[in-house]
Amino acid sequence: MIRPDAPVLLEIDDLRASVEDQPILKGVSLTIRAGEIHAVMGRNGSGKSTLSKVLAGHPAYAVTGGRVRYRGEDLLALEPEERARTGLFLGFQYPVEIPGVSNLEFLRVATNARRACKGEEELDTFAFEDLVHERLKVVQMDPAFLERSVNEGFSGGEKKRNEILQMALLDPLVAILDETDSGLDIDALRIVAGGVNHLASADNATLLITHYQRLLDAITPDYVHVMASGRILRTGGKELALELEERGYDWVDAELAAADRAPVEVA
Amino acid sequence: MASTASVGDLVSQPYKYGFVTDIETEKIAKGLSEDVVRLISAKKEEPAFLLEFRLRAFRHWLQMQEPDWAALGHPPIDYQDIIYYAAPKQQEKKASLDEVDPKLLETFDKLGIPLSEQKRLSNVAVDAVFDSVSIATTYKEKLAEHGVIFCSISEAVKEHPELIERYLGTVVPANDNFFAALNSAVFSDGSFVFIPKGVECPMELSTYFRINSGDTGQFERTLIVAEVGASVSYLEGCTAPMFDTNQLHAAVVELVALDDASIKYSTVQNWYAGDENGKGGIYNFVTKRGQCRGARSHISWTQVETGSAITWKYPSCVLQGADSVGEFYSVALTNNRQQADTGTKMIHVGPRTRSTIVSKGISAGHSANSYRGLVQIGPKAVGARNYSQCDSMLIGDQAAANTYPYIRSQQPEASIEHEASTSRISADQLFYLQSRGIGFEEAVSMMVSGFCRDVFNQLPMEFAAEADKLLALKLEGSVG
Ligand SMILES: Nc1ncnc2c1ncn2[C@@H]1O[C@H](COP(=O)(O)OP(=O)(O)OP(=O)(O)O)[C@@H](O)[C@H]1O
Ligand SMILES: [Mg+2]
Repeated sequence: MIRPDAPVLLEIDDLRASVEDQPILKGVSLTIRAGEIHAVMGRNGSGKSTLSKVLAGHPAYAVTGGRVRYRGEDLLALEPEERARTGLFLGFQYPVEIPGVSNLEFLRVATNARRACKGEEELDTFAFEDLVHERLKVVQMDPAFLERSVNEGFSGGEKKRNEILQMALLDPLVAILDETDSGLDIDALRIVAGGVNHLASADNATLLITHYQRLLDAITPDYVHVMASGRILRTGGKELALELEERGYDWVDAELAAADRAPVEVA
Repeated sequence: MASTASVGDLVSQPYKYGFVTDIETEKIAKGLSEDVVRLISAKKEEPAFLLEFRLRAFRHWLQMQEPDWAALGHPPIDYQDIIYYAAPKQQEKKASLDEVDPKLLETFDKLGIPLSEQKRLSNVAVDAVFDSVSIATTYKEKLAEHGVIFCSISEAVKEHPELIERYLGTVVPANDNFFAALNSAVFSDGSFVFIPKGVECPMELSTYFRINSGDTGQFERTLIVAEVGASVSYLEGCTAPMFDTNQLHAAVVELVALDDASIKYSTVQNWYAGDENGKGGIYNFVTKRGQCRGARSHISWTQVETGSAITWKYPSCVLQGADSVGEFYSVALTNNRQQADTGTKMIHVGPRTRSTIVSKGISAGHSANSYRGLVQIGPKAVGARNYSQCDSMLIGDQAAANTYPYIRSQQPEASIEHEASTSRISADQLFYLQSRGIGFEEAVSMMVSGFCRDVFNQLPMEFAAEADKLLALKLEGSVG
């Protein structure tokens, strides 16, 4: 839902980042207000996951320019765990397995870290079990997954559901979901979309990274952005996604070439 | 961007126990000779058999070479540049704690080992060893009511010479190896435990070793005897100040378990490890061996090795009695420039003997961590069984882990199982935990304690939580 007077939660301004001196993000700008749902689309390798990881603070990426303000603060000055505690959530495209760390214990520690930041009291093992069982229903996940190590041996779809479970527990302010729909069967897709819709409110915002219109049929975006070669090439409403579905990305090359020919603006 | 730590940045946190107690110490001159051996024995007013034992060991030692087969490297040790006896100046061992130099009590307080009546741990008796001597043993009277002897080995030599003569050097002979021979010649103090027939020791026993002097070697000697049907759980802890020179620590521990006896020996070793460039730290060359002499006897070693510049240590079990059981549970953590070559020997002699080995090596920084273990099944060990599991975890990409399992079996029917794995804490795993609000250090410690759980579960309850914290501390210090 677009409300021009809603507070700005995340303001990305000309963000540039490289990995091993290789520029990947080449000036991304994007403003997200409370209540909004944004979709980012774009070809493989266009920089979508990189954007999400830079926002979450992955140490492999060096920020080489630009600014990101989050709740009025300099996001890039915060440690990854501080970003998470203050409500930035990244649902990973490829969630990693962590053998030896119990999923239940992990979820509890993560939830309590977020709660502490919101000034809520810490949940003990019992109180947390109640909460987690309630949230498991949102993603229709089997409680047996709590007893296993984090993501260890989970199927692709199970890992994605575990991401949404975490999102449901952590009550994010800005949730970035990186291809959470990939690898999900049709029922799971509906469950995940239902979960995201259920958690979206006028106070938080969601950034969906996806390749497929079928997710956007279930979660209606307020804005659709097309990423190409490390920038946002075009922004539109939900109809832009439909247009992409029809036309593919060939037009992107022409626009990119045009953008590269354009004279450099002098301020 | 803030200084987000990368995996390779893990450094040990400043060593908490690095202080030196300023106390007047009586030291003998540097160097080792037959005269020095005699002098130590005379200072301790020892009976003739013990002086003989020392001299025999010394003469063996002169003929022996420092072992070079371990995957360790260090500059040559000058054995003439070490002081072999140092004791805080208080004349006699005090009858009551009130008479112990308050500075010493304060030292142990600071180390988290309060000795005074009011503050001491409620279900743990402690023998506190400072440099070469034991300064206090708590709960002696209460233990004596059960017939349990728990005192310093020097005291045992005076008060129970027959037990010392009967058991000392029977598990680790004076000429066993270079460091054991050295220890047998010059050992200063350590603990003695005797659990009489049928007695289950009513509390945890614990010795805390503290090296204080910078130029002194520590050569402690521990002997634990559990008679028929007796049982005991014993824990040792160790720390030392930070010096930029290396100190030599060459201990010998002997355990004897008779029929149906059980000894559980746990170690939390946190000697000073040297700085991040490898300057200073303890050279820890230790011989620990338990003998399951009796049928159905049981010896279990649990160690958490986190300190020392160099660790050379193979707590072993000689399974003589029929149906006896040996166990070895180990976590060895190395960081910075630390080197550890540690493991166990399970020598199956008697029929139906069983052994279990669980070793978890964690290497961070530029450290090197080797597991070296021997499972030997003798011709009479019909139906012997062994299970070994050796897991290594690498943190960062500069650390090394090696596994050297040796199996020698003269029993074709014996069942020997060996499992091994190597894993690495990856930047992506740490980032995943961090991106859920879990701090870098807590993230590391969650992964590490998951990895070590099988071993920590073996520690006495009072110390399991301690071990968890210690590992976290050892890997801390990279954020901020
Ligand atoms: N850690 C890294 N090391 C080297 N190259 C990287 C790294 N991370 C990203 N890249 C490169 O940056 C580019 C953008 O990758 P990114 O994962 O952001 O793409 P994406 O838009 O998410 O693609 P997809 O739709 O396939 O998920 C790719 O060319 C990728 O190979
Ligand atoms: Mg991607």
